[in-house]
Amino acid sequence: MTTKVSTPEMKSLHFQPRKPATTPGDKLVGAVSHTALTIWSLIVILPLLWTFMSSFKTSSEIFASPFALPSQWRFDNYVKAWSEAGIGSYFLNSVVVVGSALVIVMVLGAMCAYVLARYTFPGSRAIYYLMLAGLTFPIFLAMVPLFFVLKNIGLLNTLPGLIIVYVGFALPFTVFFLFSFFKSLPHEITEAAALDGAGEWRTFFQVMLPMAKPGLASVAIFNFLGLWNQFLIPVSINAAGPRVLSQGLAAFAGQMGYAVDFGALFAAVTVTVVPVLIVYVIFQRQLQGSVSQGTSK
Amino acid sequence: MTVVKTKQSRNDDGLAAVVPAMAPPVVVRRRRKPLTWDKVSFFAVFLGLPLAIYLLFVIWPFIQAFGYSLTDWSGFSPTQNFIGFDNYARIFSDDIFMKAMGNNILLVIVLPIVTIILSLVLATMVTVGGSSKGQIKGLRNSSFYRVVSFFPYTIPAIAIGIMWGQIYDPSGGLLNGILTGMGLDQFKDFAWLGDKNTAMTATMFVIVWGFVGFYMVLFVAGIKGIPAELFEAARIDGAGRLRTAVSITIPLIRDNIQTAYIYMGILALDAFVYMAALNSGGGPDNSTLVMAQQLFFTAFSKGQFGLASAMGVVLAVATLIFSGLVFVINRLTGGDKDVSI
Repeated sequence: MTTKVSTPEMKSLHFQPRKPATTPGDKLVGAVSHTALTIWSLIVILPLLWTFMSSFKTSSEIFASPFALPSQWRFDNYVKAWSEAGIGSYFLNSVVVVGSALVIVMVLGAMCAYVLARYTFPGSRAIYYLMLAGLTFPIFLAMVPLFFVLKNIGLLNTLPGLIIVYVGFALPFTVFFLFSFFKSLPHEITEAAALDGAGEWRTFFQVMLPMAKPGLASVAIFNFLGLWNQFLIPVSINAAGPRVLSQGLAAFAGQMGYAVDFGALFAAVTVTVVPVLIVYVIFQRQLQGSVSQGTSK
Repeated sequence: MTVVKTKQSRNDDGLAAVVPAMAPPVVVRRRRKPLTWDKVSFFAVFLGLPLAIYLLFVIWPFIQAFGYSLTDWSGFSPTQNFIGFDNYARIFSDDIFMKAMGNNILLVIVLPIVTIILSLVLATMVTVGGSSKGQIKGLRNSSFYRVVSFFPYTIPAIAIGIMWGQIYDPSGGLLNGILTGMGLDQFKDFAWLGDKNTAMTATMFVIVWGFVGFYMVLFVAGIKGIPAELFEAARIDGAGRLRTAVSITIPLIRDNIQTAYIYMGILALDAFVYMAALNSGGGPDNSTLVMAQQLFFTAFSKGQFGLASAMGVVLAVATLIFSGLVFVINRLTGGDKDVSI
């Protein structure tokens, strides 16, 4: 786009693709592709729809026929799941824990990545590789000792304990991802900020951090999903503490055993799934963008 | 930047005049400034704080786990005796743990391959399934498929497990409902998760279901990063769709594929959540028991922390071996030298 005078009409004229003739082969490939993708989409959607529909049924209705619509759209399953089974308070706990951990890990991770990416000092490579090692080690290995670390500092079975552990385990990914991002920001800007008299702190918070916003958004999305879905950490170090959603859901499903209120179970699952799903549908464009950003370096 | 630029050094001189007299003689090397309070506090907070949390809550437990694995510690006894590699000997002669390890190995072999092939096929269809004339195009409405396929990735694994547990339910489940509805009456009351021949396959399908969409989006991003000219050139040279996919697409996104393979493999070595949700007891004949479940049980139910830590070490070593293998194989077959996770 070198010329600024081109009018919208000219542009649209320029980009109007010629309608290519479709060959029979194209049609076949298109049909096969559409069929395959449609089948997969159905495999994805049907279980979700079925769960949603079943969340309005009574247990006997569910067992009578898996397909029949509920005789009436009753919301008492949701009331039961939300208050009696405690999904409501678990939900709130999850929001608090994941929200706090997310904010903390984004700030700390950005700071750490910034220092590692923009300053060379003895040991900086070593720290970077230490972070990388944390990415590949299975969380499982750490759970037993972690249990006692938290016990010793009195944070076992507490939400703050959970938050700080979430921060620790989300840190390597955050640093690793933002490292390359900060590395790519031009050095001249730091120099300009220094010439203008900004100290290290101000340079970071007022110049670099705002520039890193797109990268931060991508990492935040993935961290959110990762932490929201986290299951092993809470069941290991928060088993007797105030439950988070994933933990509470498992307990609810387990405690029911055979004694059955399946409608309420489906309602609980729906409550867990739907909020994130809605957020995803709204922000899916950004998310697709961040996946590509994270992989095409 | 080792080249000394005269202009640059003059700039630095100018800066030094502003800096207090304690500043050392100005050198031409860049970013060598005197330690100020600003700088010291900056490093202490920016590097020290995250690192402290990371070391205390991530690295230190990992290191401790190796130590514990050499003791007979039960967690609550005040003493822990050093027993060398006895725990490891016990693990490897424990039939149940070996069974669990075998299941993990099966998962590591099957899950990445199935997930990657399926998502690669779908991603290819989405990106280059359009007309073979004119511009390279994706299918129409392809973004719909992409958005929908990604759904499972936003659902907590435990919710996926519970949901599928209900779908596989022998009498009230969706799957048997569909199958009997199609006239396949032998599946009436068939317990998919209760039969040792089907439990593992059914479980693996759930995991694949959860991840295909994510890797599809990842591959779509990778394919879109390939310059369109390459596809056009291949087309002009007469390459068909299959040929293009095999000879152009796959080699050019092999780094993405490697990343996907490693992530999926690490997940397969864990798989705790899915197994716990679908068959918390390890399934019929322990057919879906995985190492992580056995570790969890040993540690938090039986209180044998020394033994559980040894299992954790085995799991970690298995993960490292797996990642190493993928790297080596990818390198040997001509992959990129750079590691990009």
